[in-house]
Amino acid sequence: MTSLGTQVLATQALATQVESYSVVIAIGGVPVRVNTTDASFLEMLQNRYAGFVSDEGITEFDLDVDLTAPSGMERDAPVRVIQSAGRWLLERGDFRAEWDPAMRRGSIRQSANPYSIDAVLRIVHTLVLAESGGFLVHSASAIRNGKAFLFAGVSGAGKTTISRLAPADATLLTDEISYVRKQGDGYVAYGTPFNGEFAKLGENVSAPVAVLYLLAQGPENRIDPVGEADAGRELLGNILFFAEDPEFVHRAFQAACDFVHRVPVRRLTFVPGVRVWELIG
Amino acid sequence: MYVARSPRIAARMLGEEMLVMSGHDSTLFTLNPTATILWQAADGATPLDEIVERRICTEFEVKPEDAMRDAEELAENLAKHGILLISEQPIVKPDAPVRGQR
Repeated sequence: MTSLGTQVLATQALATQVESYSVVIAIGGVPVRVNTTDASFLEMLQNRYAGFVSDEGITEFDLDVDLTAPSGMERDAPVRVIQSAGRWLLERGDFRAEWDPAMRRGSIRQSANPYSIDAVLRIVHTLVLAESGGFLVHSASAIRNGKAFLFAGVSGAGKTTISRLAPADATLLTDEISYVRKQGDGYVAYGTPFNGEFAKLGENVSAPVAVLYLLAQGPENRIDPVGEADAGRELLGNILFFAEDPEFVHRAFQAACDFVHRVPVRRLTFVPGVRVWELIG
Repeated sequence: MYVARSPRIAARMLGEEMLVMSGHDSTLFTLNPTATILWQAADGATPLDEIVERRICTEFEVKPEDAMRDAEELAENLAKHGILLISEQPIVKPDAPVRGQR
C-alpha cells in the first residue's frame, strides 16, 4: 500500500512522461497553435499544411487535439455548430470539438486523420473572421499585378477550371475556399490550404481584393455588370455558413452586404481556355 | 393588428431591394416593394391599418379595403417565415437587437 504522497509523486512522474508537440498553422495571417501528444500526427500536420506552418513563435489561438481510435463515423454527416454559454460546440460524425473565443482556446476529439482537423480549422476561421467583417467563401482566387481576384461559384461553376488556366504571372491563392478579411475600407484575400479538385495548396500570400467575379461558363468570354442585390444574393449563397446562431448569421449577412457595397462584382462568362485570363488583371 | 420586425432577422437594403435573412436557419428572402414598406414601418407600435393608410395607399393606387386585406395576408405570410411578429396588442421593444446588430 502506498501513501498518498507517493501516489501524487507517481502521477506527476507519469504526467511528465507524456510528450507534447505543437505546430503553428497560420492561415489568413491568424496563427493557430495545434497541440498533440502524437508525433506522427504532428508530422502529418506539418506536411498537410506545408507553406502555412509558422516558426515565428506567435500564436493567437490554441487548439488541443485528443486523438481517439477510428470510429468509422461518416465525414459526410452534417456539421453542427452551436453556441452555448459563450462557447462553440462543433460536431460531425468524425469529430467533436469545443471552441472558447474568450479563452482563445479549443479542443478536438478525433481519430488521426487530416480531414477532421481541416474541417475544424475551416469552422474556427469562419467564427474568427465573422468577428471582424470577413468570411470564407466558395471561390477560387488569384493575385495578378498586385491585386486579388475572386472567382465564386457553386460546384461545377468553373473554380477549378479557371485555376488550372491561370497564367504563369498569376499566383493561385486557392481553387476552392477563399479567405477574405476586412482591412480598413477594403478587403484582402489570403491564400489557403483548403484546396479542391486541383489538389494544389494555395500560396501563403495576400493582396487587396480588386474584383469578385461570379462564374458562368458560356459560348464566349465576357464580363457583365451585376446589380448590388444580385451580387449580395450570390455571395451569400457561396459564403460558408456553419453556425446555427442568430448572431453569427447576422454578422455574416452584414459582412456580405458590406463587401458587395465596396468591392466591384462582375459576372465572368467564359469558354474554358487560356484566353479568359486576357480579361483579368 | 400590430406588426413588428423580428429581432432574429438580419436585413439590408441592397440597391432597390430589401434582403432579409433568418437568423435561425440562414434562409434568405427578398422582399417585394409592398413587403419592404411593411417591414420598414413595422415598429410594433403603429397599427397595421395606419401603416396601410399612411404608407401603402399613398404609394400604390389601391382601395384601402383591398390594401388592408392584402396587407394582413402579407403580414401573416411574413410571420410564418419568422420575419415579422404579429399581435393584437402593441409589441414592446420588438427591435431589441441581436448583439452586434447595427
